[in-house]
Amino acid sequence: MKTYEEINRKIETGKAVVLTAEEIIDYVDRKGLDAAAKEVDVVTTATFGPMCSSGCFLNFGHSKPKMRISEAWLDDVPAYSGIAAVDVFLGATQLRYNDPANMNYPGRFEFGGAHVIEKLVAGETVQLFGLSYGTDDYPRREIRTWFTIDDLNQAIMVNPRNCYQNYNVAVNCSSRRIHTYLGILEPYMRNATYCSAGQLSPLLNDPLYETVGVGTAVWLAGARGHVYAEGTQHAPTCDRSPNGVPREGAGTLALTGDMKQMDPEFVRGVSLPGYGVSLSLGVGVPIPILNEQILKRTTVRDKDIVAPLIDYSHDYPEKTGRVLGQVSYAALKTGEITFDGRTVRVSAMSSYGKALAIAERLKDEIRRGDFLLAQPLAPLPRQQSMKGLKITEEPK
Amino acid sequence: MITRKLFFRFPKSEIEKPIVYHLVKDYDLIINIFRARVTDNKEGYMVLDVTGEEESIERGVEFVRAFGVAIDPINKGVRWIEDRCTHCTNCIAHCPTNALHIDDRKTMRVTFTEELCVECLNCLSNCPYGACTSAF
Repeated sequence: MKTYEEINRKIETGKAVVLTAEEIIDYVDRKGLDAAAKEVDVVTTATFGPMCSSGCFLNFGHSKPKMRISEAWLDDVPAYSGIAAVDVFLGATQLRYNDPANMNYPGRFEFGGAHVIEKLVAGETVQLFGLSYGTDDYPRREIRTWFTIDDLNQAIMVNPRNCYQNYNVAVNCSSRRIHTYLGILEPYMRNATYCSAGQLSPLLNDPLYETVGVGTAVWLAGARGHVYAEGTQHAPTCDRSPNGVPREGAGTLALTGDMKQMDPEFVRGVSLPGYGVSLSLGVGVPIPILNEQILKRTTVRDKDIVAPLIDYSHDYPEKTGRVLGQVSYAALKTGEITFDGRTVRVSAMSSYGKALAIAERLKDEIRRGDFLLAQPLAPLPRQQSMKGLKITEEPK
Repeated sequence: MITRKLFFRFPKSEIEKPIVYHLVKDYDLIINIFRARVTDNKEGYMVLDVTGEEESIERGVEFVRAFGVAIDPINKGVRWIEDRCTHCTNCIAHCPTNALHIDDRKTMRVTFTEELCVECLNCLSNCPYGACTSAF
């Protein structure tokens, strides 16, 4: 048994033993669980992929004369300004003003909120256009100016839902090509798309939320971020394998971090044809090896993690609940699965390559003593389901 | 016999000349055109495989160059910009010839073998990060 304090002391003195969630598998095989649990202090997990429920709060500081911005556009992308005078919230999936969306199907969605966020983190110049009705204390009614992230007082990423514990594998059983947030799906199940780092993914290595909770320090695109709440749609009560690993979506994390500290390599705007804009983020989560049980859970392998195969032409949009089958990440990562006697080409929407790079970087930061762990302030809920939206005929 | 993939860029004045006909008849070359286009401002582009004796290909290329056609051996029709690629691998299932592929499924990184590309442009409309682009 180890405590957070003991592990942090070892990190501070550069003595912590840290391995990635990929390396730990063979390590425990070689050393045995008992010995490995004594030796290893931290296992690093990571993921990189589109996380739509993301965005950022920006504070511009005050112009002269002052302005209470009531409508704002950043590079022509509307930002929410229904908060204080010079604060805005920019959502990742917000489309640029005048984007034709799917009027010319499939829309290309080349630029949106996520691309503005990418530009900001990359240090590029962004245009602010703002309008106001004018008040006695904030008389200015219009502003157009250019800024970089360095000109802002704060640029804080606040993401209500990141790091889905597990995710659907999408296929298309219809006779026409469809465009989804899991990419282009060819008819007659000619291809399938998944979106998870599998054995490297944070919540698949801590399936019962024994270490990850509210307050956990995470590596958010290179910045030291935190879990600030359970993620929206956090639904831990779900179908699980005997190893405790969910066989469907399940848990999620709400993350926050300082955009000024982020690395542009891990903050990327995503254009999904026919669907919209999203933001790809790199997230690393350190798992403290407090005991053998926690270590054992980090040794989960791709072959022991399964995801549900869902038809996105009918069952997903119509919410029928039908699952075509279960498929392991080991099978998905071969690039081909067999289903119903047919061969389906498989590709991903998340990047295992980038997830590996993040797990390595976080490992190095912890080994160097640059990244300390934070004990959670509160656990994530362990029993909770997701509600649907009822359409009522009358007010309640 | 060897095969070489070539990218022709035609100047405004030469788009009406039957260059491919001459490559076949006069230089005994087997031509496989992947993609060709005349643009609004009357420039032309063509991406093609040329198969034949090495010397015939050299002579054919010289013949084409004499018309002022630019033959770029490096920049081809479809380009994969590695810096923009996040290795999400989404393109892999949409590439009919495995020009975009994964060499090592342990690290899951994407690579592009230009010679295998048949310029179908699936990757252009598919890539969520704009990592695949076309010269025309």
